[in-house]
Amino acid sequence: MSELSEPRPVNHKFLTPGVIVLLILAANGLIWVFLRFILGIGAVTNLNNEFPWGIWIGIDVAAGVALAAGGFTTSALAHIFHREHFHDIVRPALLTAMLGYTFVALGVFIDLGRYYSIWHMFIYWNGNSVLFEVGVCVLTYVTVLYIEFIPIVTERFVGRVDLPGLWARFNRALDKVLRFLDRNINRAMFFFIIAGVVLSCLHQSSLGTLMMIAGQKIHPLWQSPISPLLFLISAISVGFPMVIMESIISHRSFGLKDEMDVLSSLARFIGPLLGVYLAFKMGDMVIRETFVYLTEFTLESVLWIIEVLIGVIIPLRMFLWDKVLQSKPLIFAASLMVIFGVFLNRFNVFIVAYTPSYMTTKYWPSIGEISVTLGFIAIEVLLYRIFVMIFPVIAQPMRRPQVKTKYAIRGIIR
Amino acid sequence: MGKQSRRDFLKTSGLIGAGLSGLSSKKAHSGVKKIIADDRMGVLVDTTLCIGCRRCEYACKGAHDIDPGRIEQYDDRSVFKEMRRPQYNAYTVVNEYTDPENPDNPSNVKVQCMHCDHPACLSACIVGAFSKEENGAVIWDEGKCIGCRYCMIACPFQIPQFEYHKALEPEIRKCDLCWESRTKDGGVPACVEICPMEALVYGKRYELLQLAHERIEKNPERYLDHVYGENEVGGTSWLYLAAQDFTKLDFPQLSDEPAPGASEKLQHAIFSYFIPPASLFALLGGIMWINRKQNTTEEE
Repeated sequence: MSELSEPRPVNHKFLTPGVIVLLILAANGLIWVFLRFILGIGAVTNLNNEFPWGIWIGIDVAAGVALAAGGFTTSALAHIFHREHFHDIVRPALLTAMLGYTFVALGVFIDLGRYYSIWHMFIYWNGNSVLFEVGVCVLTYVTVLYIEFIPIVTERFVGRVDLPGLWARFNRALDKVLRFLDRNINRAMFFFIIAGVVLSCLHQSSLGTLMMIAGQKIHPLWQSPISPLLFLISAISVGFPMVIMESIISHRSFGLKDEMDVLSSLARFIGPLLGVYLAFKMGDMVIRETFVYLTEFTLESVLWIIEVLIGVIIPLRMFLWDKVLQSKPLIFAASLMVIFGVFLNRFNVFIVAYTPSYMTTKYWPSIGEISVTLGFIAIEVLLYRIFVMIFPVIAQPMRRPQVKTKYAIRGIIR
Repeated sequence: MGKQSRRDFLKTSGLIGAGLSGLSSKKAHSGVKKIIADDRMGVLVDTTLCIGCRRCEYACKGAHDIDPGRIEQYDDRSVFKEMRRPQYNAYTVVNEYTDPENPDNPSNVKVQCMHCDHPACLSACIVGAFSKEENGAVIWDEGKCIGCRYCMIACPFQIPQFEYHKALEPEIRKCDLCWESRTKDGGVPACVEICPMEALVYGKRYELLQLAHERIEKNPERYLDHVYGENEVGGTSWLYLAAQDFTKLDFPQLSDEPAPGASEKLQHAIFSYFIPPASLFALLGGIMWINRKQNTTEEE
């Protein structure tokens, strides 16, 4: 259990066949980002006046924010509810959230027509705008996530700053900064931890309010007055499955022993959370009588059924089953289903459900849009790999349990 | 450690409170201009009088620094074969609809920004780049816009048009009721001025509504008893009279609720004086404190 493990940089070779594929995807994505800045949004995307938002908003931003929810749910569990048992998974979840939100912000940035004016949102406030609230919350939360990551940096580099070549002259100054941060940041950390959870609740729910203003352009199956609540609950529900999925994949990729004991106890929360989500989703359907749309055979009705059946009902049943909780393949499959369900839900709300008032052509993402979205995901995975090889993020069995220096053990054994 | 952090906790909580209240008072002064004057102006469009000469399209371009081309080009009636929509270089277009019951008398519908009384674009805009002016015009401020295109998502009439072909300084373009060049100083919009059939009437909105209902009363067989824009999405500055059902003329069927709908109310409920977020913060802080206390007593 966690007493016998400590987060340490992973020692593994960087290049594998999978990494090479990711590098190619990343390079391709960056080429298209470059083209977008040179040629404009119209040349690279299939966006037009009928469909102003495409997959850069629907997937990179809306789904990206939801799937980065593991950060605030695990930090709430471990720090606010003080479940020491889960400390091993906090750092990987924090890193995922940090990278995830960074790329959400970048996704918004490249989608903005006047990206160089993004700072306007800090001086021209529109308190009525849902987007304003989402934007401010997301940017503040990114900052909070970086602050929460600082202790991991100090733990790794205090007393070990060794910059190459000419930079070496800054070694001492940098070390001083790190030591200062290390001494002082923990005292304020509780503030940032709570702020992170509050900010997450705010913008996760506000993402659900975002498309309400589109009124009758959004299909009734998703145009719900409790949409913000559904977004919040589904974001909370998808947090732990993301952590489980990442833990299993990264441990396998690095050839480490899995963390099944922590993961199974984490998975116990998912069933009830999905149950609450399903109850609200179904209650909303019954009250607004939107089930009539399910009798029609349309793209919307089919995708709604897939979203709820594969994304909620089946994994809900699986997570309430002890056999699933103990089995690595089954817990992995069930987690993937929840992730798929929430991903599809965001995709549905932002892309599928949207029908312009005057539609002449259907929207389908262009090669450029798909390339950038895949490229961003690839860069995120690569950065995760690089970060866990540099910083003490992933918990591994202790090599020398008798050593008790402050920096090696702090945060695990109190 | 426990004692130390508890004191820090209280100290920092105080700071948060101060910070949040500062934030909320700033928010109350957000500078979005939305004037709904009693004597705001409007335009009444009589689709039964319009002959589809498209002189308004020509005049509109001239008034907005867009090359209008030669005026004879606008006599080409083949453009009516397909429904057209406003573009970044055409703030208004006319579409023709033939009435199956009355094939000799087609309806011609001029399309442009409706200048809503409660504009969804204005409510949605992240930086408040839209404003509703004294005379009813809804205008866009290039100096604020960041090009997020949320106004286009919000608009029920699909009016704001984005310059997708531009890599730098793309604009959101739409009819501004000739605010900048004419109506700000009491002038008449270019399209109204040029209209040879008097199918367009510019005047105070309440007077136009009276006029519209008078016309319907005098010619009940000519008009449908419905002034489009009187109540749709809470009222618009542009009002339409028609001989046939508005949905057949490609007008969206909308409720009388203002277009921003529940989203504004919901937003204000979540953020009313920052009380809900602040209480959530306090609640979580309380849970954290209690759990930490239990933890330290267990260890001691």
